Amino acid sequence: MTSVDTPGDDPRRYGRAAFLGVVATGLSSLLWAEPAWRLIAQPLMNALPPSLFPNGWRIYTVASSMPSFDPATWRLRIDGLVDRPVTLNYGQLLNLPRAEQVSDFHCVTGWSVQHVHWAGVRFRDLLAAAGPHAGATALTFTSAERPYVDTLDLKQAGLADAMLAYEMDGLPLQREHGAPVRVVIPEMYGYKNVKWVERITVTATPETGYWEQRGYDKDAWVGRSNGSG
Amino acid sequence: MGARTGLDSRYIRRFSRTERWLHWIHAAAFFVLLGSGLILYLPSLSAAVGRRPFVKDVHFDTALAWGAALALLVLFGDRAGLRRTARELDAFDSDDLLWLRRIPRPQGRFNAGQKLNAALTAAFALLFAVSGLLLWYGERDNRFRFAGTIVLHDGLMYISLVLLVGHLYLSLIHPATRHALRGMTLGSVDRHWALRHHEKWVRDE
Repeated sequence: MTSVDTPGDDPRRYGRAAFLGVVATGLSSLLWAEPAWRLIAQPLMNALPPSLFPNGWRIYTVASSMPSFDPATWRLRIDGLVDRPVTLNYGQLLNLPRAEQVSDFHCVTGWSVQHVHWAGVRFRDLLAAAGPHAGATALTFTSAERPYVDTLDLKQAGLADAMLAYEMDGLPLQREHGAPVRVVIPEMYGYKNVKWVERITVTATPETGYWEQRGYDKDAWVGRSNGSG
Repeated sequence: MGARTGLDSRYIRRFSRTERWLHWIHAAAFFVLLGSGLILYLPSLSAAVGRRPFVKDVHFDTALAWGAALALLVLFGDRAGLRRTARELDAFDSDDLLWLRRIPRPQGRFNAGQKLNAALTAAFALLFAVSGLLLWYGERDNRFRFAGTIVLHDGLMYISLVLLVGHLYLSLIHPATRHALRGMTLGSVDRHWALRHHEKWVRDE
């Protein structure tokens, strides 16, 4: 006998009703939570301190520690199939023609951040001094976060809104976002947007990136790759 | 409960060993999952801690250990007792319904709020597990990748944090309810307190 029943009192099974109701709501939210979140919660989150509420960004890393940036010693090397291998320090990089854009950022795992303000250098301006050879087809971006690496072909890198970015939302690129420079290519998922870039190698054939070695698509078009579209 | 000596009649047994294990398995797993999850989730903590693959392993393995511990408890614990408790938590009598409308009514071993909290906690545990497995498996097979998975997992975390603060306040600080803590640590509670707060249960014992 349970002790809750009092004579003449017919208990209602509200416990399981509450349980099943919450489970059903939660499971169905796999389908509606994301648009609802974008509509209601994200504008709210953007107004809150990002250290407590990560206004949409998730920080994914693959190595045991996050690279840290020292402006005095940092160098960007551009080599491979080029006339003149180039090594830029941070100041020299900032002196290259500056480009700005506002674009959305999409992660393959499903989250997005809208209207990110980037500033940086277009790849043709970046590569101009090095002079890629006629047979070059692709760029390999080596991250200071070993062993992360990924590639873009020259056509992709030449898209009007692809850049090597050194500013985000009006501030120098923060450490967790890839300080001092990262690739930005809004048409492709985040894993192609290599962070902590320290070397760009011009190649004749595209290499296989870190996540592509693990089954993700080489051409990571947003909405048209990795099983969607 | 058979005949009591004067000494142990001061306390009345509220939670069995199995029930207490069930509670503390959840509590321990929750804190480790919360800590490791926040490191994975908050950019400032991610940058400060680094070692994401390791933290990810801690998070994932803790979830597995939590599931395994629950399975072991069901296998070797007092299953019949757990079923009885589940029936108690499930049933809302007319006193419970009045109590929820803030009309003071005598309550059983669980008051109506505790019954709702138990239903919510069980549902959240299941949803955490399902969304967590989808986060993990969706990285391996994109047919299981849903746009809402992350939002659901994060949303559960935010709501759970609020519930946890309320739970800790009621069990550790609030003068009228903190006597219940003894029930979850030692298994028994003060008889006079129980008579005031869980009258129908004490009368039935």
